[in-house]
Formats: sequence, structure tokens, C-alpha cells
Amino acid sequence: MNVTLTKAELADMLFERVGLNKREAKDMVEGFFEEIRLALEKGESVKLSGFGNFQLRDKPQRPGRNPKTGEEIPITARRVVTFHASQKLKAAVEQLSDAGKQP
Amino acid sequence: MTKSELIARLAARFPQLVAKDADYAVKMVIDAMSDALARGDRIEIRGFGSFALNYRPPRVGRNPKSGDKVHVPEKYVPHFKAGKELRERVDIAG
Repeated sequence: MNVTLTKAELADMLFERVGLNKREAKDMVEGFFEEIRLALEKGESVKLSGFGNFQLRDKPQRPGRNPKTGEEIPITARRVVTFHASQKLKAAVEQLSDAGKQP
Repeated sequence: MTKSELIARLAARFPQLVAKDADYAVKMVIDAMSDALARGDRIEIRGFGSFALNYRPPRVGRNPKSGDKVHVPEKYVPHFKAGKELRERVDIAG
């Protein structure tokens, strides 16, 4: 069965397993992702051992095209976030095909 | 920012909670996300991004040392796509 994990489920888990009240659990989940956003916004990379790293990449301007009209327009220089899964997470996910559990 | 720095920043954000709560919470959220991907589930965090799995078909690779052909079985790899808010906030800062 393939489902989607969201902030609501994470907050439920914190409520059930960590003993925070519902309000605290919701705020904690929001705070978790907000602290990661704040760090990335400041230009810091984020390293969560056992899960993966969020890194920033500065991309130069490059030529692009409006796919509808075919008109050439430059894609402006920008900073983007990339995620690199840890070896542990990669290994855990790779085993899915062995177990025959197709996502 | 490392995991322990994230725990410290969350503990500072919630002074009414005991520091242990931030510690448990960070570890639990990371475990829950890893477990979800290991089960083949997706993760969708509004304003942050989504994690999904990408399929890599089986292929014939080569041992770079000996040049021998080796069969590389199919596999899944984790993939993250930044959400709109994260994308915009990171770009404006840059």
C-alpha cells in the first residue's frame, strides 16, 4: 500500500509517541521544516545524518524557451536546493525492488 | 546546520518545552521520513517540498578497474523536489 506522509501524520506521531499535546506537536513539525528553510535561506547547508544533506547550488543564467510559443527567453541565474540522500537511506530504499514492493 | 544544531535551534524556539522533546521530535521525524521512503511511500510537506522514489532500470555496467561487464540490478533512488515557498525563499536570498 502506497500512501503519502504529510505534516499531519508527523504531528500525530509526535502526539502519540513523544507526549506533546496536539498544538505543540503541530508547532514542532512546522518548526522542524521552518528551521531547515531558515538555514538554507541564510546559505547554510543542512546535514541530517542517517537521512541526507540539503545543499545549495548557484546556477548561472542559461538560454531557455517558452515550450508553448517556442520563443527564446533566458532562464535567469538562481540559487536552488538539492538533496543528497545518505548511504543509509539509499540502501534502505534500494531494497524495495528486492522485496518486490513496487512503489 | 547539523542534526544536533537543528535540535538546539528547535529547543530555543520552544522554551516552554524540555530540551529532550526537541531531541526526540527531530529523531522521530527523521526516522518517520526514512521509514516512509523505505516502504515506498511518498512524503509531501506543503511549503517545503516532496520526497519520492525514482526508478532506475537494470543495466550492464563495468568494473572501472578491470573493465569487466557487471549486471547492475534495477533499483529505486530517493528524489527531493523543493516546494514553492522553499524555492522562492532560497532564491531571493541568493
